[in-house]
Amino acid sequence: MIRFENISIVFPDKKRSFKAVDDVSFEIKKGEIFGIVGSSGAGKSTLLRTINLLQRPTSGNVYVDEQNITDLKGEDLRKLRLNIGMVFQQFNLIRSKTVYENIAFALKIAGKTAEEIKTLVPEALKVVGLTEKANAYPANLSGGQKQRVGIARAIANKPQILLCDEPTSALDPETTESVLKLLKEINEKFGITTVIITHEMNVIKKICNRVAVMSGGEVLELDEIFNVFASPGHEFTKGLINHTINLELPERFTEKDNYEILKIVYKGDKAEEAVISQTIRKFNVDMNILHGKIEYISGKPLGILLVRLDGNVNDVTRAKEYIRNNTYKMNVINGN
Amino acid sequence: METNYSVLLNDLIKAFNETFLMCGISLVAALVLGIPLGIFIFLTGKGMLWENKITNFIGCFIVNIVRSTPFIILLVVLLPFTQLVAGTAIGPVAASVPLAIVSVAFYARLVESSLHEVDKGVIEAATAFGASHLRIIKDVLLPESRAGLLRGFIITAISLVGYSAMAGIVGGGGIGDLAIRFGYYRYQTDVMFITVALIILLVQGMQSFGDYLVKKSDKK
Repeated sequence: MIRFENISIVFPDKKRSFKAVDDVSFEIKKGEIFGIVGSSGAGKSTLLRTINLLQRPTSGNVYVDEQNITDLKGEDLRKLRLNIGMVFQQFNLIRSKTVYENIAFALKIAGKTAEEIKTLVPEALKVVGLTEKANAYPANLSGGQKQRVGIARAIANKPQILLCDEPTSALDPETTESVLKLLKEINEKFGITTVIITHEMNVIKKICNRVAVMSGGEVLELDEIFNVFASPGHEFTKGLINHTINLELPERFTEKDNYEILKIVYKGDKAEEAVISQTIRKFNVDMNILHGKIEYISGKPLGILLVRLDGNVNDVTRAKEYIRNNTYKMNVINGN
Repeated sequence: METNYSVLLNDLIKAFNETFLMCGISLVAALVLGIPLGIFIFLTGKGMLWENKITNFIGCFIVNIVRSTPFIILLVVLLPFTQLVAGTAIGPVAASVPLAIVSVAFYARLVESSLHEVDKGVIEAATAFGASHLRIIKDVLLPESRAGLLRGFIITAISLVGYSAMAGIVGGGGIGDLAIRFGYYRYQTDVMFITVALIILLVQGMQSFGDYLVKKSDKK
């Protein structure tokens, strides 16, 4: 549906030019919710803007529906944009227009007749659940409501692609939750290909099918989100995920020398197997669970446990071996 | 000198009419030419839709020349041009030519600066939805800066009342000219007081009316 082919974007500067996006190639599938995550300055927003050419790549090509759009201009570019809705971090609503007029504005641009606008605006408002706010001005809406209007405006014309630039970064956690739910509903209902930019792994975890992790203008890894969570391939990704899953131990554990702590990761089918109780029974060791969590990502469980084994050295070694073989991943995170 | 108040009243009415004529013509020019010029300078600026260094520089340069030349000098320098456009170099209509030029430049600057207040994100959003430049101007830039445009217009109008006082140089007349001729040159202090008081009232009235319009139009 959307394909980046060796995209590089360089911002010229007097002293030295800045490479915001560095030779990025990947594809976003039709109908999926694709996330691009990274810290600020990673180039994700710049990359997103090449899809509707708010930003032209310095080199490389962007394909939308197998059409190379990189050099589109004028009327062709306008036509492309009519098929791509966009949602912004700061909502970007026209303050001098009512909610209704804001949505009607997008439809007018798309060349809809007054009759069509009269049916399409209420339809879009209904999808986002703001029918009763049609005549309110943006200033009188909460952040969450403003973003809903932003979403209604973006989908009113029934585009095939929806670009979301940090759609929840200006919202509180609860509102974030409901806006993400809405984006997911819209994705399922209309089959609209959705691309979401965010710096929060949490957002990705909630609604995305696949994710690309960006840092310094490059894509570090790209996979199904479950796989990225279960086995992040890059230090940067590990950091992001640890921050989200947040298994932090008090310092009194981590400060001790030779105090071995095992981090056990189990996923999918194995998450439900009783590896822990079997280990205790088989090897005559004591197991002290220090921290633990099971995350359900895309409906699949991903378990993480921080444990400490006590017992005679042989038993512990064999128990560790057993755990290593019967779980997805096990590593020693403290001690020798 | 004794003041004949019925004569003064007639003089005042005539002077007010001349002031209104001069300011009216100039303000129409400010609206018709100043707004497009302001939009043009704004849009050719850095990072804008029509970004173009050279045309932006030319636009700014012309506006700055007009704004930095003392009006009284501009009035004289423009005499041949005024003769050409108005057919005469004397009278309120002739004085309107330099006044119009000043008000266009003055208002264009104010228009540009109120357009800068418009959220760039809203412009980006409209672009992302495929809006043409004309539609962005009409449906985003102008309505979003309406309060600023109005405020600027009132400032321009009030400045014009002041500038028009100098129009006496070319026989333009007006209340400012009346205050100078009678009140200052002929030592009729009472006439000066009355005219100045009336000018203050006029300016106050314009300001209050302007504030009222701004308040009514502002939806932020």
